[in-house]
Amino acid sequence: MAPAAPRSGEAIFSSVDRVNAELFTLTYGAIVRQLLNDLEEVEEVNKQLDQMGYNIGIRLIDEFLAKSNVSRCVDFKETADMIAKVGFKMFLGVTASVTKWDADGSCCSIVLEENPLVDFVELPDTCQGLYYCNILSGVIRGALEMVAMKTEVTWIRDMLRGDDAYELQVKLLSQLPEEYPYKDDE
Amino acid sequence: MAAIYSLYIINKSGGLIFYKDYGSKGRMDTNDSLRVASLWHSMHAISQQLSPTTGCTGIELLEADTFDLNCFQSLTGTKFFVVCEPGTQNMEALLKVVYELYTDYVLKNPFYEMEMPIRCELFDINLTQAIQKDRVALLGR
Repeated sequence: MAPAAPRSGEAIFSSVDRVNAELFTLTYGAIVRQLLNDLEEVEEVNKQLDQMGYNIGIRLIDEFLAKSNVSRCVDFKETADMIAKVGFKMFLGVTASVTKWDADGSCCSIVLEENPLVDFVELPDTCQGLYYCNILSGVIRGALEMVAMKTEVTWIRDMLRGDDAYELQVKLLSQLPEEYPYKDDE
Repeated sequence: MAAIYSLYIINKSGGLIFYKDYGSKGRMDTNDSLRVASLWHSMHAISQQLSPTTGCTGIELLEADTFDLNCFQSLTGTKFFVVCEPGTQNMEALLKVVYELYTDYVLKNPFYEMEMPIRCELFDINLTQAIQKDRVALLGR
């Protein structure tokens, strides 16, 4: 039997059950607000959001693979395109673009024009260091780690901080060996 | 007539995290199923090493006189395999369905711990439905 054809992000997005967008946005807002209350330090909140995203990402990747039918990517460029074109569309309903490749193809930027997490958000002066959407960077980091890519994901531009778009820099640090035998120190 | 004998799920380090048998044939106790899982994990890895060309993803189908073993490995390293009657069709598609059910009812369960044995009732229920549906489809041929 021929392998199932890859499905587009739109097709998956329109075929799954969804909740009201406001409920989603407000729930995320409530989580961030509660973290700010609990942890007090903005830096700690950034860290916690990233960790929460990571925990989501390591589970989410399997759903992404199962539903999209994509096969193994040949290089990191294809991987980044998959995240931007299929991943973001499938889970958030938005498309992202990939830009700013460096010379050896191990570092790029994912740019989001719209972001459903921030619909009603204005950052107060007391939270200036907060990366409100830091959960997204964690998700990408966690998901890629499960397919043997260690990455570093950082925010370059954030509209809540007055920039004109959301930009995530994804940097490939190392590719773990996938084949048996694994190295002893891993 | 039971077309499918049993289903296994192995985590990426070779531990059996799910085993279920269907019908009376080929029933196995816990120790035996654990042994089969870890043996299969190793054989799968060896088959990748044996391949003369690179990019081999391991054994997908093992055919024996009395059973077939169909295996699917996700890109994250989790393996799903079914033991079924020789010549049973559509097992690849069934394993895909099992993978989707796993992402929905196991991974999305906040109380499931990654890489640990699966004890999720919703997964069991949906899995049984999927297998029965498949069996009906098979009998309908």
